[in-house]
Amino acid sequence: MSGATSNKDRMQIPLQGMPEQEPDARVNNFSEVPLGYLEAAAWTEARRCLDGCKAPCIKGCPVGIDIPAFIKKIEERDFIGAARSLKKYNLLPAICGRVCPQQEQCELVCVIGKKGPAVGIGRLERFAADYERMSGLIEVPEVAPPTGKRIAVVGSGPAGLTGASELARCGYKVTIFEALHRPGGVLVYGIPRFRLPIDVIDNEIEILKKMGVEIICNAVIGKTLTIDDLFAEGFDAVLIGTGAGLPYFMNIPGENLCGIYSANEFLTRVNLMRADLFPESLTPVFLGKKVAVIGAGDTAMDASRTSARLHPEKVTVYYRRSREEAPCLPREREHAEQEGVEFKFLTNPVRFIGDDNYFVKAMECVKMELGEPDASGRRSPRPIPGSNFIEEVDTVIMALGFGVNPIIKETTPGLETNKKGVIIADPATGRTSREGVYAAGDIITGGATVIKAMGQAKIAARAIHEYLLSKASTVTA
Amino acid sequence: MSYPIVEKKELAPNTVMMQIHAPLLTKKIRPGQFIIVRVTPNGERIPLSISGWDGDKGTVRIIVQAVGRTSTELVRLNRGDSIEDVVGPLGQPSHTGQYGTCVLIGGGYGTGAIIPIAGDLKALGNKVIAIIGARTKELVLMEDELRAVCHRVEVSTNDGSAGVKGLVTDVLAEILKQEPVHMVTAIGPVPMMKAVSEMTRPLQIRTYVSLNAIMVDGTGMCGSCRVGVGGTTKFACIDGPDFDGHQVNFDELVYRQKMYIPYEKKAMELCACK
Ligand SMILES: Cc1cc2nc3c(=O)[nH]c(=O)nc-3n(C[C@H](O)[C@H](O)[C@H](O)COP(=O)(O)OP(=O)(O)OC[C@H]3O[C@@H](n4cnc5c(N)ncnc54)[C@H](O)[C@@H]3O)c2cc1C
Ligand SMILES: Cc1cc2nc3c(=O)[nH]c(=O)nc-3n(C[C@H](O)[C@H](O)[C@H](O)COP(=O)(O)OP(=O)(O)OC[C@H]3O[C@@H](n4cnc5c(N)ncnc54)[C@H](O)[C@@H]3O)c2cc1C
Ligand code: SF4
Ligand code: SF4
Ligand code: FES
Repeated sequence: MSGATSNKDRMQIPLQGMPEQEPDARVNNFSEVPLGYLEAAAWTEARRCLDGCKAPCIKGCPVGIDIPAFIKKIEERDFIGAARSLKKYNLLPAICGRVCPQQEQCELVCVIGKKGPAVGIGRLERFAADYERMSGLIEVPEVAPPTGKRIAVVGSGPAGLTGASELARCGYKVTIFEALHRPGGVLVYGIPRFRLPIDVIDNEIEILKKMGVEIICNAVIGKTLTIDDLFAEGFDAVLIGTGAGLPYFMNIPGENLCGIYSANEFLTRVNLMRADLFPESLTPVFLGKKVAVIGAGDTAMDASRTSARLHPEKVTVYYRRSREEAPCLPREREHAEQEGVEFKFLTNPVRFIGDDNYFVKAMECVKMELGEPDASGRRSPRPIPGSNFIEEVDTVIMALGFGVNPIIKETTPGLETNKKGVIIADPATGRTSREGVYAAGDIITGGATVIKAMGQAKIAARAIHEYLLSKASTVTA
Repeated sequence: MSYPIVEKKELAPNTVMMQIHAPLLTKKIRPGQFIIVRVTPNGERIPLSISGWDGDKGTVRIIVQAVGRTSTELVRLNRGDSIEDVVGPLGQPSHTGQYGTCVLIGGGYGTGAIIPIAGDLKALGNKVIAIIGARTKELVLMEDELRAVCHRVEVSTNDGSAGVKGLVTDVLAEILKQEPVHMVTAIGPVPMMKAVSEMTRPLQIRTYVSLNAIMVDGTGMCGSCRVGVGGTTKFACIDGPDFDGHQVNFDELVYRQKMYIPYEKKAMELCACK
């Protein structure tokens, strides 16, 4: 059955569906929703990828994975080979296969996708990576002989983990400094377990440790030690990957009432601190009967779906633009809808109203309409005068996007940032205004994606390697 | 990582001093900063003021009052036991500078927190007066150590068993009558900090208070610690914990501190540490 499939036959094969936990069942647990392909489905899906295709999908992937090559390995039933082929480009395929916005990246430009559903590239990526992990045949990447040089990586999100891995492979002694008590960044505190199980992340971190990377948690760079201290302690270069973790609020009356959370706080309490297990886990989260989530990005979907699993009567997402403008992935919105989350579009809160104990009990909203397209090309929403109305709510989760944490900027003289606090770095190298200091991930782009952060970290790691090589040669010259 | 307790002393019922070995942490501490600890692997992250440190030994000192589940679990630990996680130093250092006469007011664990601040202010040439308040004599903390770093220390107890009978504000009122005061810092229970701020407001004396908002990460990532200051929202963990007492919305802080009371009760009921 191998080899002889013509492209015409390939185009007849339907997209292989991904089995999922039923909505009724999954709102009672935090286990993963999509269950992954079994071997047969993966093999069939792999056969949908056309022979001799020019593979525009590769350009759609921010790290340029050789997509047909790894898919071909799956078709040859060399699943381990597929995983290893992926890892040449992407350190964390089990994570990206799950959380990448594929419909906006690789799958968007797949040729098959012009006529029908694109090849399930992300699903196949996840399959190969899971197969390798579950088979216990994961290879620890080879590490070059020690260069004698040390590199400090600040932050352990996708950017930090990738940068650390790349640099360890080049023979550097890498130490990651992480502010929280557990490494992983948004992967552990933000993205819920039902989208990304924690053992997938822990597995990657174990591999890094086996490569000799040291991870020091509970170290806030800028507070525990500054960037300058790191150089004074003998580090030869620093890679900053501290993300965009500062939550925005709306600055409207009543916003500090009890029961009003940032999505970051709400998700951190549940994901990192396991408030879902309270009181076995000691961090509580307050969740009332009527939950309002403000915003309609991926973070809002994560917050609403996490809320749904804590059994309020009702979860409603409020968004000031219309359904078409909602920045979340359609698949996440569908998941949320299946789990009972309601959506109110063209609606914006203008103030929150508290009860005698300072808990939020209602929110005044205004109806919106769409006006002319703004700078971002989206039609800008404007309030309809006199359309105000009151919604009864007792929990509000603000998912309005993120700014950049000021700690590093305030404590690192000479490190240039823009007016939003985003570190200015050369996109081709990740180089900042300070010698030996490089940056990657959300800290240089503002909120973006896992795979983009990883792509930049690879670029920065290569630039650090070149910088240290050139420094070594000028010293000996 | 684990952080061993290298010294423990009971200062008063349910109140202990601990020295924790956390060498990486001690390099940059300034007076007024705090740490966040997680006592057990399933534990909550709670903030605690730094009341002293020793860079050579790599230790941080804390004064802990058992008020709920986590703080009780912590005070039950002994020398040789370890704390799961300790992170810091967090927050902005206290305002220290050359003011003239400074009055530092500590209530409860706040007495420990003002010691490093007093030391700095005295070294900068200020006249430093401390007022410490407690319900009764046996709850008066750290008096001797405070005397070593202040020009003058006054004690008040509610029952008059030590020092002046009354509240710290009664003592403050006396001092304000006796001499010009240029700066006041108060650390302790919210009603105390509020009362102090109300007293100094008409006199326009610069007054700082250290806000004990509920925190999670302590690095500006979550917004749990937001407090109203001068009509705008600040994050106590990165903008504070010290703020201008005349600008703080204390009532909001009190409400927000009570947000989890039913949960706290439940956690305590299930505690083997009672
Ligand atoms: C709820 C949520 C859902 C998302 N879903 C998706 C998704 O489905 N797909 C996708 O591609 N992207 C998603 N994103 C975006 C994606 O997670 C980020 O783009 C990505 O994590 C950025 O990686 P990073 O390494 O730059 O930063 P982060 O992941 O933010 O990691 C930064 C790390 O640095 C640490 N740190 C910060 N300051 C310091 C300091 N001073 N010292 C030491 N450590 C510090 C932080 O604690 C954190 O661990 C989501 C984001 C959120 C918030
Ligand atoms: C900057 C700062 C410095 C502090 N310094 C000290 C100190 O040096 N010594 C000391 O004993 N205490 C200190 N506290 C208070 C200490 O953090 C709380 O007593 C502790 O969190 C209570 O936790 P619990 O589980 O024992 O009690 P809980 O049962 O959780 O709470 C009891 C009460 O403590 C308050 N509280 C609860 N959680 C928190 C939290 N995460 N942060 C603040 N308050 C909370 C609430 O008012 C609550 O009703 C400080 C707080 C802050 C913000
Ligand atoms: S890493 Fe993301 S964008 Fe690249 S191929 Fe995989 S799923 Fe597609
Ligand atoms: S564009 Fe689609 S069909 Fe072509 S190589 Fe990529 S995945 Fe295969
Ligand atoms: S404690 Fe999370 S922002 Fe201050």
